[in-house]
Amino acid sequence: MIEHQPIQYDVLVIGAGGAGLRAAIEAQAMGASVGLVCKSLLGKAHTVMAEGGVAAALSNVDDRDNWEVHFADTMRGGQYLNNCRMAELHAKEAPARVRELEAWGAVFDRSPDGRILQRNFGGHAYPRLAHVGDRTGLEMIRTLQDHAIHQDIDVHMECAVIELLTDGERVVGAFAFDRDRGTFKVFRTKAVVLATGGIGKAYRITSNSWEYTGDGHALAYRAGAALIDMEFVQFHPTGMVWPPSVAGILVTEGVRGEGGVLRNSLGERFMFGDIPPAYRNQTADNEEEGWRYTQGDKDARRPPELLTRDHVARCIVREVKEGRGSPHGGVFLDIAWIKEKLPGAAEHIKRKLPSMYHQFKELADIDITEEPMEVGPTTHYVMGGVRVDAYSQMTDVPGLFAAGECAAGLHGANRLGGNSLSDLLVFGKRAGEYAARFAQENSSGEISRDHTARVARAALEAFDRGFDTGGAENPFEIQQDLQKMMQDQVGIVRNEDDMQAAVEGIGRLRERAERVAVSGNREYNPGWHTALDLRNLLTYSEAIARAALARKESRGAHTRLDYPDKDEKLGKLSVVIRKNSDGDLEVSSEPIPDIPEELQRIIDAKK
Amino acid sequence: MPTATFRIWRGNAASGSFQDYDCEISEGMVVLDAVHKIQAEQANDLAVRWNCKAGKCGSCSAEINGSPRLMCMARLSDVPLDKPVTIEPMQTFPLVKDLVCDVSWNFEVKKQLKPFAPRPPDAEDGSWRVLQRDVDRVQEFRKCIECFLCQDVCHVLREHHFHDRFIGPRFLVHAAALEMHPLDSEDRVGQLRETDGIGYCNITKCCTNVCPEHITITDNAIIPLKERVVDEFYDPLRKIFRVFQK
Repeated sequence: MIEHQPIQYDVLVIGAGGAGLRAAIEAQAMGASVGLVCKSLLGKAHTVMAEGGVAAALSNVDDRDNWEVHFADTMRGGQYLNNCRMAELHAKEAPARVRELEAWGAVFDRSPDGRILQRNFGGHAYPRLAHVGDRTGLEMIRTLQDHAIHQDIDVHMECAVIELLTDGERVVGAFAFDRDRGTFKVFRTKAVVLATGGIGKAYRITSNSWEYTGDGHALAYRAGAALIDMEFVQFHPTGMVWPPSVAGILVTEGVRGEGGVLRNSLGERFMFGDIPPAYRNQTADNEEEGWRYTQGDKDARRPPELLTRDHVARCIVREVKEGRGSPHGGVFLDIAWIKEKLPGAAEHIKRKLPSMYHQFKELADIDITEEPMEVGPTTHYVMGGVRVDAYSQMTDVPGLFAAGECAAGLHGANRLGGNSLSDLLVFGKRAGEYAARFAQENSSGEISRDHTARVARAALEAFDRGFDTGGAENPFEIQQDLQKMMQDQVGIVRNEDDMQAAVEGIGRLRERAERVAVSGNREYNPGWHTALDLRNLLTYSEAIARAALARKESRGAHTRLDYPDKDEKLGKLSVVIRKNSDGDLEVSSEPIPDIPEELQRIIDAKK
Repeated sequence: MPTATFRIWRGNAASGSFQDYDCEISEGMVVLDAVHKIQAEQANDLAVRWNCKAGKCGSCSAEINGSPRLMCMARLSDVPLDKPVTIEPMQTFPLVKDLVCDVSWNFEVKKQLKPFAPRPPDAEDGSWRVLQRDVDRVQEFRKCIECFLCQDVCHVLREHHFHDRFIGPRFLVHAAALEMHPLDSEDRVGQLRETDGIGYCNITKCCTNVCPEHITITDNAIIPLKERVVDEFYDPLRKIFRVFQK
């Protein structure tokens, strides 16, 4: 076995999307030596695909907005399963984090008086999303990237971590491989920040890229950390449905923020027919009022298209199921209609939604300034993840931190649009800061050579099996079978029997995964990469299915046919997933800490 | 289902050749879909770089029937399928394997450019006041998704291999985004002339033609930067002025 000379850092950040970059920048600014590992090239991580905007109560457009309203909106959207301290910190700190981006060169769209412009989005009481047309994520990741490359941060591109290394309870390093050459790398570090994003690659219809294989979720779980809220997977209501090859690609909520409306095949604005009681006071009851809201009328209430994502997705599923869908199994999203209201609407649409215009024109032959889009739900985001301390972002494992999508707590049962970009800035910074502090207060641990040798051996097993031997499995086929199963059985609408079947199915896929064989050599070999991904995919898929079985109610993004109502008792519990001492996945539930009085008062006042 | 033949470059820096793959195609497919299908069913180790599959990340650059394009935005309905569709890696960068090349040079170049340096904030909360019309120009440049297709097609890099003395269209756009940023206070004009090699660009607009984001690279970014260089270094009045300054 080859000796792997460890690369030493105070802080190793895994993932270079918004959260990872922001964490690395902060840890370096605190004086730590920092390594940043990313599976893709720098600047290509999932943040680049975010469209609509970053939520922060800057109150540039509506001076009634402040952190308390943002906090209350986030808690209501999350059905009060959120970690209230995280929601508080997030609402308080997001404005400063957004202004900081401007100081680093970000060029947001401007308000008439020259400040950062903000737009309407689902579940936010006031126009709150700082944005750049519909390519806000690109602006953010490029700004962070261009800032980070001039700091003293070592970037390891196209490098994937496959195991965290521990010394007793503590994390002391990570084992990785270079995707291009296939060689192994061992990192010895005092603290690790997980910023690996989400899990969408377990589903067939998703807005997520190949990178979203839940690496941080699975790495943390294997290292002994707890996962919470894994049953809450967000299905974004508007993904493309046609042509089939582009199904799942995101259509930004910004379309609805700019006045786009949802219609069924009868031409009805079906969202008016189902407005949840918690939102009735804040939702328009006629089309005219809804339109005025999108145009900045402060006396108007928001149109029902801007209700929370979980609710809009469910309404779309219902329309399709009851036979009122569009020709390709979605519903219609129409922005072209604003021509009736707005002179120069076509130009306006192209300016505010340039990449949507581009995307439909080039991929579906549809001119969105002339005709409606066909849209349907797509797997988009996971609210659940690694449980962290609200202030420091440290997990249950000393020295292991998590931020962004792979961490849980801020969003509860459903995330509001725009809150993920602010999440990764606020908690990326905090994770970087506290990881650097942890590194200052602790020395390096010992890396077990047995452990690294074991991980290396296991990583290469698929080569040894040989592709031509009997019973050899193709890694891509197993991944596709998993995606189909999760989509059909642990999807938007769930029930006991389907999910039980999925848990058993995952067991069978795990057996097949043990027979995976790969051809070729270690040099940039996607077959091998996919074979290595299967372990994480199967681990968190089981976590999602088992957590979803345990929550016998419907709440937020988790909808069960067999338990269609909310259960008040379950509304005070988190489902917790841990690896037990036998190495098996264990499900339990724990009470959510009480909301302190000062925060409860804010929630009550904004109801 | 109809099938088409894809002639894909297989190999590494040492050796390689084109190989033909037949692949079933369906409505709406793009070239990247075909590559993925071939990878999953016939060639698990076929190397290809991609991420978003929606034209937003700029990872899947390649040369399709000789044209530099994003594979995820190249629809098969726009490509003749009666003969094999040729897919090969970008030619301007060293090959890693199959369709993947080593683009690390680009990341090194960017590090050498002077970073954004804002003027002091206009307001106490650390923010600035800038009008939309003053950022329109810069926002065009900031649409860049760093696919490096403009670098691939630029003859200064592709034919002459001047990687050591010319930063290429991508980074001239980057320099323009910084130079024309209404808050930036840094001066990059000297660097553009001396080390960035802006003079090598003879404005043939090949870069503009391949940009998937439709950035008007030559007209809006490079030519105005060239004018700044001329104003600064070749304006006769300024030259005289500089003599007297010394």
